[in-house]
Amino acid sequence: MSISAIYGLVLAGGASKRMQRDKAALKYQGKTQLERAFELASRHAGKVFVSLRADQTSDPMRAQRPMIVDSVAGEGPIVGIRSALAAHPEAAWLVLACDLPFLSDIAIEGLLRRRDPSALATAYKSAHDGLPEPLCAIWEPAAARTLAEYQAAGGHCPRKFLIRHGAHLIDPLDPRALDNVNTPEEYSQAVAALETLSPMQLKIQYYALMREQAGRSEETLETSAATPADLYTELAARYGFTLSREQLKVAVNSEFSDWSRKLAANDAVVFIPPVAGG
Amino acid sequence: MGFRFSQTAIDTAEARRELQDPGSGGFVSFEGWVRDQNEGQEVTRLEYEAFQELAVKEGDRIVAEALRRFPAKHALCIHRVGSLGLSDMAVWVGVSSAHRGEAFDACRFIIDEVKHRVPIWKKEHYRSGNSGWVNCERCAAVPQHSHAEHRHRVALNPK
Repeated sequence: MSISAIYGLVLAGGASKRMQRDKAALKYQGKTQLERAFELASRHAGKVFVSLRADQTSDPMRAQRPMIVDSVAGEGPIVGIRSALAAHPEAAWLVLACDLPFLSDIAIEGLLRRRDPSALATAYKSAHDGLPEPLCAIWEPAAARTLAEYQAAGGHCPRKFLIRHGAHLIDPLDPRALDNVNTPEEYSQAVAALETLSPMQLKIQYYALMREQAGRSEETLETSAATPADLYTELAARYGFTLSREQLKVAVNSEFSDWSRKLAANDAVVFIPPVAGG
Repeated sequence: MGFRFSQTAIDTAEARRELQDPGSGGFVSFEGWVRDQNEGQEVTRLEYEAFQELAVKEGDRIVAEALRRFPAKHALCIHRVGSLGLSDMAVWVGVSSAHRGEAFDACRFIIDEVKHRVPIWKKEHYRSGNSGWVNCERCAAVPQHSHAEHRHRVALNPK
């Protein structure tokens, strides 16, 4: 079986009833969530589209990006997902809702790395109830037919669909990454929380096994990891490091360090796997 | 004096000269060589890689510690990096002192500490065509145990 290329789909056709404002247009860190989700998807998928209803095509915010207009009847996000699968049947879809302001590259990389193309979808387990999170997930081409049947039988909930049809479920790395924002109160809390996360640049050097597994000997990256321990969790998810943190030591600015040290901008970090000199 | 790396074969005559001192009546050296066996696998060659900036600091600290514990005159450790063949010298430790006892003790202390404290890694290439980072690959299968506890003293190669 060949593995399908990944396209991105940002769901922006929702009614935002509880928010009473267009969730895609809410701003975080100076950008609309539509813009943030679209940019995030673009860093990981070959082509990215905005999913919208036929009556939204003249909306200036939505219309400036490639779009996939709902082409099947019905309601809810399944309509957008089915329309995308119909428009590009050869692609698998990285589907992102427009109300997940805490989503990061790490979460998307974790999903892509642990993707099972033989399942109908690969999705995170909710940190709250362990159920699949269908709107930050990879939907495979094979889901198209089963989704059509599910909808024809009266189904409209993508989460129930994934529970029934057995998505490949993976554990979330950061329990907050998939927190969604539905009400004005949740919106103001999320804005405040994102203000306090101040990403900084760190330089990471990799040696030996770490270098081979990361596929590079150094990099500079933006992160909001507060300590070397947080940073290792983040990078282990990104690169699939096989060593646990308990097996490593860590150096910051060319000196051995505690895992709980507070990192500062431009710190140089090296993870030290078990040594074997002599 | 202290600790340093060498990209090329270690010049032991030169290293020995650095430790000469009219007050020294004894000199002990240790050489670690690449052996053809490790944990039941036939080794054909190996590569050493180091985080040199920190390794030199830690190596210098070990040498200083040795000279404090055992009152020897001078001590030097040189470690290879790069690709090595069988019987090549991977590490050289030399100690000179007034009397032989502290030279033996300091030399033993330095090589033991270097093996488990200095950020140097060894990739072995085997006759089978496989290769592996020593102390890293097998541990990965059992991630429960702690690096600090078992200190990776087992099956050190070369001897």
